[in-house]
Amino acid sequence: MNMPEMDGASATTAAAPRKKAMRATSKEAIWFYVLISPWLIGFLAFVLGPMIASFIISLTKWDLLTPAKFIGFKNYSKALNHDPLFWTSLKVTVIYSVLSVPLGLVFSLALALLLNQAAWGMRLFRTIFYMPAVVSGVSVMVLWMWIFNPEIGLFNTILGYFGISGPGWIYDPNWAMPSMVIMSLWGVGGGMIIWLAGLKGISPSLYEAADLDGANAWQKLKNVTVPMLTPTIFFNLIMGIVGALQTFGQAYVMTKGGPMNSTLFYNYYLFQHAFENFNMGYASALAWFLFIIILVLTLIVVKSSDAWVYYEGERK
Amino acid sequence: MRTNKWLHQTIVYALLLAGSLVMLVPFAWMLSTSLKESYQVFTVPVKWIPDPIRWDNYITTFTGLPFGRWLLNTLAVTVPNIIGTVLSCTVVAYGFARFKAKGKNMLFILMLSTMMLPTSVTMIPVFYLFKELGWMNTLLPLIVPAFFGTAFYIFLLRQFFMTIPVEMEEAAKIDGASTLGILVRIILPLTIPAIITVAILQFNGVWNDFMTPLLYLNKPELYTLALGINFFKSENNVQWNFLMTASVVTMLPSLLFYFLGQKYFVESITLTGMKG
Repeated sequence: MNMPEMDGASATTAAAPRKKAMRATSKEAIWFYVLISPWLIGFLAFVLGPMIASFIISLTKWDLLTPAKFIGFKNYSKALNHDPLFWTSLKVTVIYSVLSVPLGLVFSLALALLLNQAAWGMRLFRTIFYMPAVVSGVSVMVLWMWIFNPEIGLFNTILGYFGISGPGWIYDPNWAMPSMVIMSLWGVGGGMIIWLAGLKGISPSLYEAADLDGANAWQKLKNVTVPMLTPTIFFNLIMGIVGALQTFGQAYVMTKGGPMNSTLFYNYYLFQHAFENFNMGYASALAWFLFIIILVLTLIVVKSSDAWVYYEGERK
Repeated sequence: MRTNKWLHQTIVYALLLAGSLVMLVPFAWMLSTSLKESYQVFTVPVKWIPDPIRWDNYITTFTGLPFGRWLLNTLAVTVPNIIGTVLSCTVVAYGFARFKAKGKNMLFILMLSTMMLPTSVTMIPVFYLFKELGWMNTLLPLIVPAFFGTAFYIFLLRQFFMTIPVEMEEAAKIDGASTLGILVRIILPLTIPAIITVAILQFNGVWNDFMTPLLYLNKPELYTLALGINFFKSENNVQWNFLMTASVVTMLPSLLFYFLGQKYFVESITLTGMKG
């Protein structure tokens, strides 16, 4: 696309167009940097700068008001060795991610496969399934607090129709975590849309070939659909993990981390240290632990992807 | 074989209907409570259809309570935020899609990798920065960052730009059009579906954002809807019917925009979901 003026300049000497091309290239580079400058400035001011600052803060004891005191890596060692709540919150967050991400993937894929087989009404059902994924935030959390209400909530009302007295849901330490996972599954329509796009991309000839070989539905799912969808699984898996590990609102709005720390999500614990107790140094160290965990998990998924993600057009 | 197919479709539709029920019942529950008289909220057995139906709950919520104020605050944040997002992301994405320069690939990968960065890493220094700028209890921290682009939308728009044939721009260039002229007159009209998608996604993000207002706004008269609902919920003696009206009204624009923009939405997600 670059330098269209070169075509017209072929009659002049060899040196002139090269000079002109050089100028065009550097002009293009200048335009590139001008156009991306909003992002670049934002990156320096709101990402890179704060990252460096955050690391420095993590090496201090600082309450935002009095001068920071340099304490080296003490915040990090304190978290690892002397803070049981650090481990509790990590455990809570990992359990939530391990349950909600794979279950979300399976349910959303099941919905997409189901929808893909409907003879008519696909648009209507797609709209209905996607609706819960469209709404988010505090209004959804408040709605679910009301659904989980032990006395007259939706769940225990429906269970009551069958003569079952339901649990205390988010108010019961054993049920709070499953409640959070159930609530997250209400939004599986978001993943479903991406699956549907992936399913549309699978060439029908692959299924025709499978039919000729006499494959049944399960074999087609296992040997055609799932392998062809692995790039989508890959994308959904990474974004799901990154999102789930940063869960915050549910804990802040619905449970305040309770009961008995059963929903003490990592980001909520971090927030408490930062903005309720003003331990900025310790909170920053916690943030870096989270960053490292996400980085390692992402790298594991990316590294392992060679073995299980299949890209069309790529030779093995 | 025919009956087999018929049976198959019956099972498919039975499951689809069951799934729809699961998805819709929470909405119905919310709507039902929002139309109840206060004393009726706690009556057992639960009445699904309220009697009497109190439509005026919706009026009371937004006149008698500070929800009207919170709604205005939320709009005052959302509108400039979306404008800033669309402007900055379009320009940056155009740069990444069409211009060659040294370091471009590295910057692009850098930009994509910021999507993995947990917000808590930058949260404290950015908070300190805005506090020192005197932006506490103003709407600025909720608006200004939008003008510096968002990695995911830049990626989405860039993917979209890449599908537009470059010949039209070259023709315009020969006719003497400027870079910005080309962007505005030739590229933008073709990019409307992607821009609508970005606007809808960003609307949902800002409209429902909880963390940012929680950090920067601590006067109730400055609250956004998200903070306001949380505040209202924390009161003793929660009035669930009014809480549900507020939730319905908060969810309504997201649902409306989704129905209106559905076509573009699915198209754009297909584009980013697949071409990683």
